[in-house]
Amino acid sequence: MSRFLQQLINGLSIGSVYALMAVGYSLVYSIMNFSNFAHGGVIMLGAYFGYYYLTKLGLPFFVAFIASALTTGILAVVIERGAYKPLRERKAPFLYFIISAMGASIFLENIVIATIGPTFKSYPEILSRTPIQLGSVTLGRIDLTMFIISAICLALLVFFIDFTKMGKAIQATSYSVKASALMGINTDLVIIVVFALGGFFAGIAGVLFGMKYTVYPQIGIITNKSFIAAVFGGLGSLPGAVVGSILLGIIETMTSGYLSSNYRDLIAFVLLIAILVFRPSGLMGKITEDKA
Amino acid sequence: MDLYYIQGILMLAGINLMSVLGLSLLTGFTGMFSFGHAGFMAIGGYTSAMMTVNYGWPFIPALLMGALTAALMSALIGKLTLNLKGDYFCIATLGFGEAIRLVLDNVQYFGGARGWPGIPNYTNFTNVLIINIIAIIILANIIRSRQGRNMIAVREEELASQIVGINVFKYKLISLMISAAYAGIAGGLMAHYMTFLQPKMFSLVKSTELTIIVIFGGLGSISGSVLGALVLTSLPEILRSFSNWRLVIYGLSVIVIMISRPEGLMGGYELTPSSMKKLFTRMRSKKGNLPKSMEGGDTL
Repeated sequence: MSRFLQQLINGLSIGSVYALMAVGYSLVYSIMNFSNFAHGGVIMLGAYFGYYYLTKLGLPFFVAFIASALTTGILAVVIERGAYKPLRERKAPFLYFIISAMGASIFLENIVIATIGPTFKSYPEILSRTPIQLGSVTLGRIDLTMFIISAICLALLVFFIDFTKMGKAIQATSYSVKASALMGINTDLVIIVVFALGGFFAGIAGVLFGMKYTVYPQIGIITNKSFIAAVFGGLGSLPGAVVGSILLGIIETMTSGYLSSNYRDLIAFVLLIAILVFRPSGLMGKITEDKA
Repeated sequence: MDLYYIQGILMLAGINLMSVLGLSLLTGFTGMFSFGHAGFMAIGGYTSAMMTVNYGWPFIPALLMGALTAALMSALIGKLTLNLKGDYFCIATLGFGEAIRLVLDNVQYFGGARGWPGIPNYTNFTNVLIINIIAIIILANIIRSRQGRNMIAVREEELASQIVGINVFKYKLISLMISAAYAGIAGGLMAHYMTFLQPKMFSLVKSTELTIIVIFGGLGSISGSVLGALVLTSLPEILRSFSNWRLVIYGLSVIVIMISRPEGLMGGYELTPSSMKKLFTRMRSKKGNLPKSMEGGDTL
């Protein structure tokens, strides 16, 4: 039983970080209807920015956190302006967006390899490694921090989407871009805000990942999991992305705890296929009719 | 630059071309996008290598066996996912491609993630060239046949072709199976060229590379795919002196192509003797019309 609880807690902690990344995928999908594969690259750069802010600039922990989140937020907007806006203006089909996103992700990964190098970098020890003992369950301080920070961020996002004017504009635009534009919503600004939000959370997730593991150029591959989580929960749905991520995190830690960590990634992709075959709109996604 | 080096690059281009041709049928002529073709290459590669190494089959039957296995696998996948629309079919193929790679990572019979060395070196310049020529002739004939015209109809307007009595699902499935078979042969050629197989070789990056080549060459054009495969396979080799920067340039150029010339090199035109003659006579005429499916929806 304690082993089960332990895996559950680990799953919650990793799942909450997946959720931070998955909302980035889902936000963009809900407005632009394509999977933004450059998001993984943004998360990776977030981890690097955090690392340099902490070690080279010697910023305090929380300042470095916010600084790297702001940097990636700006970066995500720059990617949108450069790689997607021209396509948007031409009304290109979704595939061109995906290819452009893949190009951006190849670009980001390799520019880091070319400038910084492919080596691993490890964060300075910010939190002590001694875990907190709670009965029979051990709680890593980093895991706990990951969970708390993710939860705060997600709560802020919910507040932003539900209670601010811009949030309402995002909701309206996700229903219909054309109709919202006719109602006087600046959809271009909405898209900028959506990318900035996604980038902001990507930066936070990147720093959290860097703290828990290490930083290296291919860290973006891990973020594919959060994409799966977003599909699992239903692309374009924010609550779906969060629920999907938490579930995926728990399923993953249970697999590595009870079966073998070799099967962890496989289970994630099998889950992806199963959900697409049986319920393509995901757990909470809206069912879209083909309007032909 | 000696002849041997150039020959090596051309062989790599030929192997890539083989799977690009298959993907060209699926993407350029049937209008479906796949991010899992590296998975079919993996199936073809491992099957044909198993046949030559463990069962002592000759090269060509082993290649065909690889193609057959890949086609059967694609039929299974197609049955499950071909009804998914647009983006979701893409994601499903992505999932399958990665799942195949991860399964191979765990199959110790094939050496798992460490890879499988010691595959005989049967692939040479001559047989790559001959196989590619045969593949191009077969593909050109498929496209001109009744089946091929039905596939193009599905690409142009799925609903309308269903109404005039084309079994959309069937033609999508046929297209997927043929393209998987092509990818399977490409995998077999690659296995017997590298003499080493590793699941890592067939990652999402490889699938993306293939789709990028098809789009770069121009959707709906076989000669475009040929040109695309030649240019994009040799480009990283030409840029090799830049070492780390070449993939940066590659990623950037992908974005630039998407933004500036989305119809690709050939933009739906074919390079045949008769089309060349036509081209010269109307050199001054304007750009050709894109296929309808390329014009884009009204999402934004």
